[in-house]
Amino acid sequence: MNDASLNQALRGPGDNAAYDVMAIRRDFPILQKEVHGRPLVYLDNGASAQKPRAVTERMTRVYEEGYANIHRGVHYLSQKATEDYEDARQRVAEFLNAAGAEEIVFTRNATEAINLVAASFGRSHLKQGDKVVLSVMEHHANIVPWQLLRESVGIELRIVPIDERGDLDMDAYADILKEERIALVAMTHASNALGTVTPAAEIVRLAHERGVPVLLDGSQAAVHRAVDVRALDADFYVFTGHKLYGPTGIGVLYGKKELLASMPPYQGGGDMIGRVTFEKTTYREPPFRFEAGTPPIVEAIGLAAAIDYVTGIGMENISAHEQALLEYATTRLEQVEGLHIHGRARSKCAILSFTMDNAHSHDVGTIVDRAGVAVRTGHHCAQPLMDTLGLVATARASFGMYNTTGEADALIAALEDVNRIFG
Amino acid sequence: MFDDLRDLYQEVILDHGKHPRNFGPLAAPTHVAHGDNPMCGDSINVYLVLDDEGRVKDAHFDGKGCAISTASASMMTDIIKGKPLDEVQALFTAFHAMCTGKEEELPDNVDHDALERLQVLSGVKEFPMRVKCATLAWHTMTAALEGGGTVSTEEDE
Repeated sequence: MNDASLNQALRGPGDNAAYDVMAIRRDFPILQKEVHGRPLVYLDNGASAQKPRAVTERMTRVYEEGYANIHRGVHYLSQKATEDYEDARQRVAEFLNAAGAEEIVFTRNATEAINLVAASFGRSHLKQGDKVVLSVMEHHANIVPWQLLRESVGIELRIVPIDERGDLDMDAYADILKEERIALVAMTHASNALGTVTPAAEIVRLAHERGVPVLLDGSQAAVHRAVDVRALDADFYVFTGHKLYGPTGIGVLYGKKELLASMPPYQGGGDMIGRVTFEKTTYREPPFRFEAGTPPIVEAIGLAAAIDYVTGIGMENISAHEQALLEYATTRLEQVEGLHIHGRARSKCAILSFTMDNAHSHDVGTIVDRAGVAVRTGHHCAQPLMDTLGLVATARASFGMYNTTGEADALIAALEDVNRIFG
Repeated sequence: MFDDLRDLYQEVILDHGKHPRNFGPLAAPTHVAHGDNPMCGDSINVYLVLDDEGRVKDAHFDGKGCAISTASASMMTDIIKGKPLDEVQALFTAFHAMCTGKEEELPDNVDHDALERLQVLSGVKEFPMRVKCATLAWHTMTAALEGGGTVSTEEDE
């Protein structure tokens, strides 16, 4: 199964020969790097993923060969850049299986996409006393925008709990949906802190039975599995480019065409207008209405390159590889003395959150870093969840398409160091 | 295992981290403050009793934190007991310089024996993200002396 000529130390016993992880690794220059004199073991993909050469080279090529500001330009380069930017929108639409490119709004990141919905949809469609339903495991990005809306409009928040495994409490959710004035559900598709993949289609189905639209935060889910917004019947779906092996500064809001069309602009400026006079300005149709000013042109094209890269390998293949890694790493972590895994949901993406009896997560992070292993420690921007679990912080290993079982072993070895120091 | 890790997690620190001294609230503190390190979730309270001459008569702390922040708070509460406030301030200045690896001229009135004891925490200078863990207790103590409230490591340094 193993190719002896490849880096045996990294490729572990559990890796699937049909999925050529070592070839994938060669596409990511940073993975050849050493940290503190050890091979980099990058397990912080939940925070941000590394970039394949296909992305960085594509972006460089735009800057060197095809760059200008987009839209309204009559010259060659502007038309070329406009074409590439709008092609990128088309690629994103295909990636999500949206009905059309006009349903794809480019934003700065997933956070801005949620803020856009909260500000635009929220202020135009929600009224004082209306309720927005969140889960207890939301990232701050899907909490704070709704709190801002609570302050400005007077909406209320209803929070769906989780059970002891970290699965969403669907009975509680169904009960909340029966309440008066439920106006929107804004829910994670996969928890960044626990790895829980929520039953998104069921969440949407139950909400739609009561005529309630649903926003899904796919920041974690969209990088681990194929997402079909039409199969999910999601009204809004958001994700970010940099976790999908693409550049920073580019995020995506998918919105059903008729919903986007019913929403006022988010920000005002150039490129989003029909006609401007000092008396009255008309706005363009979606998605342009929501993209004021010069957008992240090259980043959008870079995101399309990232989508080409992952779909070239196949989201199903990436998902299967990561699930095998998750299973392997879970079993290995369970063997580390005094280690507790937080998040045992029935369906998980490749995220392992854990604490150790002997050592605070921050100490764990520092020690494994010295072994070249990058994990995230802290509250993972999910403080309400941490409070619910009675935790101050966890360490989190999050796996990506290029990680190996050998790297999971390197994490385990580093955690044994923690126990040696603190034992 | 790496030398800088051994420097960071010396026996003294592990001992103070596991068995913190002066842990728990004081019954009648004259000065109290709360300190947060939002990046890693360290959260501590510092309780002080000053005597009539403005010396630290007693010092305690409680809360949750990593080994470094707990050990630092434990050692600080031990060391500042009996000291006049200007000496405490001088010690913090010297300690802060030590943790950040800055070669600063030491204040005249710094207690060199005390500074020597704090030397075990100087390993944090090789770990920039951990300096805040070592200084949290001292910032919180300073906030207590300045009238209490809450201090966050995100707002200074």
